[in-house]
Amino acid sequence: MESVGSIVMYGIIAAAIVIFSILTVTTRRILRAATYLLFVLFATAGLYFKLDYEFLGAVQIAVYAGGIVVLFVFSILLTSKPGDNSASLTSKKKLIGFAASILSLVVAGYALLSRPEFWSAVTKPFELDMTMHRLGEILLGTEKYQYLLPFEAVSVLLLACIIGGVVVARKR
Amino acid sequence: MSIFILCIPLFMFLLLGLTGMKMSHRLAGILGCCGMGVTLVLAYSVAFNYFFSGDPLFINAAGERLQHLLWNETWLQFTDKLEIKLGFLLDPISAMMLVVITTISFMVHLYSMGYMRDHHGVFEHGFQRFYAFLSLFSFSMLGLVVATNIFQMYIFWELVGASSYLLIGFYYTKPSAVSASKKAFIVTRFADLGFLIGILILSFYTGTFNFTELTSVPVEGLKDVFQVSSLTAEGVKNVFATSAAPMFMGASVMTWALVLIFMGGMGKSAMLPLHIWLPDAMEGPTPVSALIHAATMVVAGVYLVARLFPLYLMEITSLEIITVVGALTALYAAMVACTQIDIKRVLAFSTISQIAFMMVSLGVARPEFHHGIGYMAGMFHLFTHAMFKALLFLCAGALIHAIGSNDYTAMHGLRKYMPITHISFLIGCLAIAGIIPFAGFFSKDEILTACFGNSMLWYVWMSAVAGLTAFYMFRLYYLIFWWKEHKIPEGHHAPHDQAWTMTLPLVILSVISCVAGFVPFGNLVTWNGHPMFDHVSFFTNLEHLNWSVAAVSLAVAIIAIAIATVMYRKENPLPAKFKNAMPALWNWCFHRFYWDELYMFITHKIIFNGICKPIAWFDRHIIDGTMDMFATVTQKTSSAIKGLQSGNVQMYVWLYLVGALVMASIVWLCLL
Amino acid sequence: MDKLSMMLYLIPALIMFCCGVYGFITRKNMIAMLISLELMLNAVDINFVVFNRFLYPGQLEGMMFTLFAIAIAAAETALAIAIIVNIFRVARNIDVRDLIKMKF
Repeated sequence: MESVGSIVMYGIIAAAIVIFSILTVTTRRILRAATYLLFVLFATAGLYFKLDYEFLGAVQIAVYAGGIVVLFVFSILLTSKPGDNSASLTSKKKLIGFAASILSLVVAGYALLSRPEFWSAVTKPFELDMTMHRLGEILLGTEKYQYLLPFEAVSVLLLACIIGGVVVARKR
Repeated sequence: MSIFILCIPLFMFLLLGLTGMKMSHRLAGILGCCGMGVTLVLAYSVAFNYFFSGDPLFINAAGERLQHLLWNETWLQFTDKLEIKLGFLLDPISAMMLVVITTISFMVHLYSMGYMRDHHGVFEHGFQRFYAFLSLFSFSMLGLVVATNIFQMYIFWELVGASSYLLIGFYYTKPSAVSASKKAFIVTRFADLGFLIGILILSFYTGTFNFTELTSVPVEGLKDVFQVSSLTAEGVKNVFATSAAPMFMGASVMTWALVLIFMGGMGKSAMLPLHIWLPDAMEGPTPVSALIHAATMVVAGVYLVARLFPLYLMEITSLEIITVVGALTALYAAMVACTQIDIKRVLAFSTISQIAFMMVSLGVARPEFHHGIGYMAGMFHLFTHAMFKALLFLCAGALIHAIGSNDYTAMHGLRKYMPITHISFLIGCLAIAGIIPFAGFFSKDEILTACFGNSMLWYVWMSAVAGLTAFYMFRLYYLIFWWKEHKIPEGHHAPHDQAWTMTLPLVILSVISCVAGFVPFGNLVTWNGHPMFDHVSFFTNLEHLNWSVAAVSLAVAIIAIAIATVMYRKENPLPAKFKNAMPALWNWCFHRFYWDELYMFITHKIIFNGICKPIAWFDRHIIDGTMDMFATVTQKTSSAIKGLQSGNVQMYVWLYLVGALVMASIVWLCLL
Repeated sequence: MDKLSMMLYLIPALIMFCCGVYGFITRKNMIAMLISLELMLNAVDINFVVFNRFLYPGQLEGMMFTLFAIAIAAAETALAIAIIVNIFRVARNIDVRDLIKMKF
């Protein structure tokens, strides 16, 4: 039995996701777009919390909201003057974008709605303990369903990315 | 020890070829001469050992000479049956050839020390290269004659062709020399194609490359003509004995194989119609002409036929073809030689004619008549001809060196100025004309005897050619040394005999030409190794002369010489009268019966226009065109659709997204 | 039905994704395009998590995938922004429509 608070929570999160997503791509001020994106990411983090993935939600907030959005803001400040509005979009451009998004919405939505069993799927309790201790073991283990190798690969990727970023953005 | 006969010239070639430029001209020449001298000594000792030691390896109790493999190493092993060996085969003809090649080669090495420099004694440019090539040639030729199998022979056969090419084109700055070398190479290569096909057919049916298995000498008795080893006999039986023997265009496959092999010999030995390269080959230095194009390489064809003679004997048709080709060539070359102006060309045609004599001699040889005297006579003539023709060429070289021109019109009346050359040349002429007791008399007499034993036609024919030979040689002799007083051009020295390096070989070869006829060849070289005479003395050849034939040939030669004397001894209008009396004949002879023009016509007009040009057109337009079309279509398509690459990332994304969605829909609709 | 069904979680993610598509195609500021890209990525992340949570509660693959996707998104964003800053330094502009010099 779901509590009312939970449903209200869901409504807020879903509404935030939908509204701020739309605002992100329609606002003409780029800094605002970044801000709306931040809200969307927070809402997503809320979704994760709601689904009992506390660790994932924390990562979402820390990396996305704390890292990426800050990066966006800095780069926006570097590449545009404050108060800079992007030129209003041509109708043709809008039409093309709109067509693409509607098309994907229709195709994916139809695919989604054609599976009625999705409606009946509800959250079940976890069948494994979701303690931090357990997650750490999963992340750094080498057995089946354990992820040391991707972990290391990602760390190497991040290193390469740091070096690449320095090299690319460096003043010549 | 025998291996050094091959190794020393090869080593000298590598040494002189690789380091020649670092050493002085004189040192290179001396090294070359020494190397050849050592080879000469070794070859002589091997040949002497073979002929006279009485070793049971070389001669059996019945006095028959055996084929002996001094060594025979596997070189390439393809399968159990197909293997190619390199070795050293010693039998009468290879031992004889060892002597001939090393003798002439040594003389030429010595002679070139004097010849290959100008009047001030300065060595010519490329002198070391010349000696390197001479060594290469000597190596290849020695390898050819001692070949134990037909494939080894083919390898060295091509090597002598290559070294001949290099030496003809020695003066590579002269366009005529370059084209002459190319001509020689291409014509002989063309002939060698036939040789190779012949080898393949022959070895396919007989199952062996080895000479010892193809032709086992000696044989049990003369009556059994098919003297081949049991292995070959089986192969031959497969070919001939069964009614299903493969026939091709009216002749058995074996005949074809032998004729094709003979075609290689025709190319190398300048038989009609593949003779056209030899006169042009005279563009090379004269010592080269003496060594390669008179004494050794050009007789390789004769040697080849002699080597496979027992096989040829099984197919009389092929021997008849050889006879006809040889006889036609002999007459043709002799007629042409009567009209040429360039003394080296006269000698070249004379060489062609004399080699044709040897071919005829092999062609008419039958075991039934005088123990196959034709074979012996051909080899004998090869031996003597090598000596006196080399002598004549070296004399011509001395003359050319002294005068600076190849034409007798620039010579005339040289006898007083160059006495040694004069006497040597005269001896050479007497030898080739067949005057007793010079070398040519005996060998030519044997050949005519062999012809006589075969058919009257060839006897008369060859006697006539022998007369022509005497005539044109003495015509040349008189035009060079008599005719009229020599006019010394302004500012020139009087011509004189050349340095000792050039004169000594002349003297040595003159002496050999005088006495070589007395070598009892019948006891040394016969087709089956069986000696012809019971006992041997210095006069054996004289005792065994067929005097009726000898008298006729002597008479013909003397008459011909007499005619030449009348016509050319003193300046007189007789030659011009003859020329005017038969202008057509003279023109045809002078232009060598237009063979070169015929070849030019066939190659340029017919083959180039008729075959090559359509093929070139096909290549250019159809084959290239197809490829070009692919390229053009690709290019056109690319430039037509390159506008799609607008550089607009968002458009790419849009197209990608729509495409992906459409594909997803299609897959999904099809699956459900 | 009181319990919230899975579809209710997927539909906002779908809308988020479509918004990302729209933004990526229409916006010409490259940073704005990158923001749209993040939206799409985020929508996909949600899908992974939701499917994992609802259909396979005994496993953690979806969550782990999302975790790594977040890390890679961070890396990608950092690098893309470095490139954009560099382009801005050269062209004084980050309008994607001006960057067509290398088209062919």
